[in-house]
Amino acid sequence: MKTYPPLSPAEARDLRALAAIMIPASAAYGVPGADDDLIFADILKSLERDTDDTKATLALLRDLSGGAFADLAPARQMDVAMQLKAKGGAALFALNRVVLLCYYRDDRVMISLGQEPRPPFPKGHVVEQGDWSLLDPVKARGPIWRKPG
Amino acid sequence: MNEKVDVLIIGSGASGAAAAWSLAETKMRILVLEQGDWVKPTDYPTNGRDWEARLFSDFAINPNRRARPSDYPINDANSPIKVVNFNGVGGSTIMYTAHFPRLHPSDFRVRSLDGVADDWPVDYATLEPFFAENDRMTGVAGLAGDPSYPPKEAPMPPLPLGKSGQRFGKALNSLGWHWWPSDSAIATQEWDGRSPCINLAHCTPGCAQGAKGSADITYWPHALRAGVELRTNARVREVTVDAKGMATGAIYYDAEGKEQFQPAEMVIIACNGVGTPRLMLNSVSGRFPNGIANSSGLVGKNLMFHPFALTYGYVDEPLDGNHGPPLSLWSKEFYETDKARGFVRGYTFQLHRGIGSIVEAITSTLAGRLPWGEEHHKVYRGLVNHRLGLSAICEDLPEEHNRVTLDPVLKDAHGIPAPRIDYTLSENSQRMMDHGIARATEILETAGAKGISVERPIMNGGWHLMGTARMGTDPERSVVNEWGRAHDVKNLFIIDGSIWVTSGGVNPTSTIQALALYIADQIKRRLADATLFE
Repeated sequence: MKTYPPLSPAEARDLRALAAIMIPASAAYGVPGADDDLIFADILKSLERDTDDTKATLALLRDLSGGAFADLAPARQMDVAMQLKAKGGAALFALNRVVLLCYYRDDRVMISLGQEPRPPFPKGHVVEQGDWSLLDPVKARGPIWRKPG
Repeated sequence: MNEKVDVLIIGSGASGAAAAWSLAETKMRILVLEQGDWVKPTDYPTNGRDWEARLFSDFAINPNRRARPSDYPINDANSPIKVVNFNGVGGSTIMYTAHFPRLHPSDFRVRSLDGVADDWPVDYATLEPFFAENDRMTGVAGLAGDPSYPPKEAPMPPLPLGKSGQRFGKALNSLGWHWWPSDSAIATQEWDGRSPCINLAHCTPGCAQGAKGSADITYWPHALRAGVELRTNARVREVTVDAKGMATGAIYYDAEGKEQFQPAEMVIIACNGVGTPRLMLNSVSGRFPNGIANSSGLVGKNLMFHPFALTYGYVDEPLDGNHGPPLSLWSKEFYETDKARGFVRGYTFQLHRGIGSIVEAITSTLAGRLPWGEEHHKVYRGLVNHRLGLSAICEDLPEEHNRVTLDPVLKDAHGIPAPRIDYTLSENSQRMMDHGIARATEILETAGAKGISVERPIMNGGWHLMGTARMGTDPERSVVNEWGRAHDVKNLFIIDGSIWVTSGGVNPTSTIQALALYIADQIKRRLADATLFE
């Protein structure tokens, strides 16, 4: 099994600060931010195939910040984050994807969305059969397939 | 030295499994080599909380991203459509959506009807009993009476309409356009030892319930009981020939990476429309310096995908989201040629039930709909489970410049050259997608959707791999004859999507398997009258 290098403490601090900007906690919706302890721990262990892209993005973030992104004032952080969004490209998207993957499987977030925090199997889901009489006009139209000659 | 077998099948996917099962009744010694392994139901993502995340890791549809030991890399940089597949027992049926349409009768007569490409050397009527047999073996749900096909039966009742389906149905009725429950290789009741669908909803990366008819649980249990031998983790490098130009077997790497030679009386290649030409082009010899059975020069050429044009929007009420199989309806309103539309041939609309909540967040972020910051939460709640979408799956006509070759640099873990894809979309395909997007927008707006978005073609949409070793009666214009035997090598057969002459506008698995059963039947008939190798 392939192993991936962990983020350095400095990279992890910057990523956490960036995650808080991507998805902040919201009292209005009663949800944590992506920098929440549990969610961020999940993000760190889920980088795997996206580790290289994440490290490249964090290096760009550090360049744009002129140092540690996490140490910038909030207004400056937002400004730099928007610059990163404009310049980050596919590598930033890979990082953003991991944040989303971990955020939207958190129990608290799922419950806030009215979802059951469980895997699909074995309970599955219920889908209504629906009104099959909706097909009546289609049946009434008759064959539409083309004869091969 | 391995003992000689009567039949060596390379690849255990849709076509290899069907042919192995069919040929087993001959009591010949049949061996199937598979480069991957079995996938256990407990390995499928829907068993765990990370079920959506694994679409981007070990169950990614793109093999370059997935990068399992069983996968081989593909250089797809020069193609707007990337190849997606799965390597393991059952092949890419492990990761298909189980949408199971047949080709239509007109698809086999493209030259005669529309003056483009070529007619097939077989027709719908010839394949009809094999379609029906395959439907029974696979366990297909559907509804008889679809006006877009000749009469046919469905072994099981259709998948539920759900909220999304009813919304589509009302919109299409309002427009006066065709729609129908699709044939789906998903059990809606107990079938051949399989449990019925419980709407896990995440069908593509494998079905933990076992309701989805992937070849590992449809044909393989029967084939193994009938005596077929399946050797996994066996990656074939080349098919060998003797001085007379007859196939002698195959060289492969076993699970320990050791080179092996497997002799055989007859070789059947079933590695899909990319893997098959890769293997054939890598099988060079004094007799076949440009690849085995390639005197026509057509091995690897005429690669066809189905360009997918995805159109979607958002409605004002929650729909089914990721509850229920993602595809269960189709519209064939624009399937048959109408030259007034500005293109020839046509497309199927696949009507989507919905997508997962995490995939919604990811795709909406990529599209610029879902912002960072406090607004993220509000915007997301208006998107999740509100998406209504449909794809035009467009017929792709064969063009020789669309091709699979061997990459001069990139190799797999065993040092075998990787396939390189060179592919461009034709003007006909572009116009067909334009038309599909315009009609899809009409449907969505009629259904009350807003915020219409388009993805064309779907980049990771190279599910359907066809045409790279086409069948025909002219050895200068085709690689295999009308019953799948290579023109150049009289004991070599090809049975996967490579042999397709044209692509139609439907998911190909049903027809691939029907063709494999037909070819197996032809082999059995010719074995009986001793004309197989004439």
